[in-house]
Amino acid sequence: MTAAQAVNVPAASTAVAAHAIAPRAGGRPWTFYVLSAVFVFYVAALYGPMICIYILSFQDVRGGLVFPMKGLSLHWFVDLFTQVRTGDVKGAFDRSVKLAVIVTIMTVVFSFLAGLAFRRRFAGDGIVFYLMIGSLVAPGLVLSLGVGLLMHFIGIEGTWYTSAVGAQLSWTLPFGVLVMFAVMSRFDRAWEEAAYDLGATRWQTIRMVVIPILAPGLVAVALFGFTLSYDEFARTLQTAGSLNTLPLEIWTMTLNVTSPSLYALGTVTTIISFLIIAICLGTIATMQKRRASRVPAH
Amino acid sequence: MEVGAGHIELAGLVKSFDGFVNAVDGVNIKIPDGAYCCLLGPSGCGKTTILRMIAGHDDPTAGEILIGGENVVGLPPVARRTAMMFQSYALFPHLSVRDNVAFSLRVRGIHKADRNKAADAMMEKVRLSEFADRLPAQLSGGQQQRVALARAAITEPRVLLLDEPLSALDEFLRIQMRQELRQMQRDLGITFVHVTHTQLEAIALADLVVVMEKGKIRQAGPAREVYASPKDRYVAEFLGGQNVLSGQVRTVNGHHAVVAAPTGSGITVPLTPGLHVDAGDPIAIAVRRDDIEIVRPGSQPAADTVAVSSRVTAIEYQGYFVKVMLDAGSNADFVVYVSERKFFNDPVSVGEVVFATWPVEVARLLR
Repeated sequence: MTAAQAVNVPAASTAVAAHAIAPRAGGRPWTFYVLSAVFVFYVAALYGPMICIYILSFQDVRGGLVFPMKGLSLHWFVDLFTQVRTGDVKGAFDRSVKLAVIVTIMTVVFSFLAGLAFRRRFAGDGIVFYLMIGSLVAPGLVLSLGVGLLMHFIGIEGTWYTSAVGAQLSWTLPFGVLVMFAVMSRFDRAWEEAAYDLGATRWQTIRMVVIPILAPGLVAVALFGFTLSYDEFARTLQTAGSLNTLPLEIWTMTLNVTSPSLYALGTVTTIISFLIIAICLGTIATMQKRRASRVPAH
Repeated sequence: MEVGAGHIELAGLVKSFDGFVNAVDGVNIKIPDGAYCCLLGPSGCGKTTILRMIAGHDDPTAGEILIGGENVVGLPPVARRTAMMFQSYALFPHLSVRDNVAFSLRVRGIHKADRNKAADAMMEKVRLSEFADRLPAQLSGGQQQRVALARAAITEPRVLLLDEPLSALDEFLRIQMRQELRQMQRDLGITFVHVTHTQLEAIALADLVVVMEKGKIRQAGPAREVYASPKDRYVAEFLGGQNVLSGQVRTVNGHHAVVAAPTGSGITVPLTPGLHVDAGDPIAIAVRRDDIEIVRPGSQPAADTVAVSSRVTAIEYQGYFVKVMLDAGSNADFVVYVSERKFFNDPVSVGEVVFATWPVEVARLLR
């Protein structure tokens, strides 16, 4: 029996191998079905909870916080913007968007400059790099506490447009810089030299050559900056001061609002996030399309 | 002394990137106005560094660069009136062909209509008009090179610097674009300095071939001189077409030296004027591959010829000639180029023992 197994095992594995590399012969290899199942499970685990919330936000006035679904209406969306008891959603949303815009601009500018600086090696470049990336590892809540403490120590009152900006940059900047490095790796320094050779000043080179070539990458950095800032909770918690940003507002609502208007808020913020991503990706696509289609392809 | 606008002189040029090793190590050369000069050498020999220093993209550690008689060290490329064509052309990927060509006019603040007119005229010259609105990525390698040429030429430089301009092209296109470069140089009438590691490219194009090794010039001169009369072993081996044999000088008499050969009675070579040799010196001899004849053993060699007994190790058919490899040189390849007709009149085969013979006077002693 043992001997027979020993003989059979190689034969079986050869059969499996032959099966696996010849998908056309007997349909797809078995690995396809296993991996598909894993993928479906992954996607369900990733999006399932969110989809539950979106679905439950469309209940009517009888709606509760759990399934089953009761009715179908936009009642809780109306409730969200009309009822005072749900909190200052509109003000929080305003602050979050403004904060995200400030953070995005700073992230794009500093990531771009860091990208330019890191094109060549300089003394201490490794240390500077790890200092930038280090704040990714720091726990957000601790970092938030630290920023809050520091502001208190200096004697400046922390608000969403001061200390929160700083705390969020510790999160968005490392991401922005990493994206920028990836973008810069495809940037050929010969382009700059060619511009210099043709008489362009340093500033003209940046304006006419570097920025236009890097533009799609800069939009990607902006997208990162905006979405990371817009839904950042931990780093904002201790730094936003007396007025809440949207994620803080949602968190407060989970403590005292017990109606599906909480879910409605989740749906609305998600839609806004997706709109922004769509706008950014659309911009990148338009840029590339305009470049590619000045003339019909030959 | 009055010199032409495109006359280049490098005097004691040194470049060190790290302070220890000299990438360019004391280069002195004069390139006449309107010449086509090729800097030839293996990668890392400093040829591109020299080009970049002439262009103003690197500053020399020491030495002077004179263009048209004035020292240009420290000046930007535009003030030098040089233009560089980069190895991969460095065309701006986001600009159309027209905007690429007009770029230097745009940075000078020339009005759009005027610069487009000038760019169109330049594109007409290099037959790019139909591609004016294309992006560089939509062009073939040869077309991209023409855009790079046009973009450089529109600045009206007195010197055009080309960094391995043909290396990005396939074999067929390379030969075609080689012609176009030479034609362009004649039309513009300006000095071209062209960096390459391809010997054939250099000797086909250049008025002045500068052979370099490890930051130093080994030999500079007209293509034929460098190819046919290499001064030293390095130049002979790098340019190819020569068999280099090494040995010890056995005797020296008046006009000839006899060098010990691995087989036979020694090889007689004419002395090179200005090169002193004594009996016992280790020396190298160069013999052109197409000056050698293969003779079967038994036939009497003519007077004043050298005959070296050897075995055929390989035969390669090359079309218009046949490359026969022998084991005559103990250390290096010993190759004979036999014209096709002559070879097939009486073909030798691999393994046969033959004599490689050549007239005494065609061999050269190398430094």
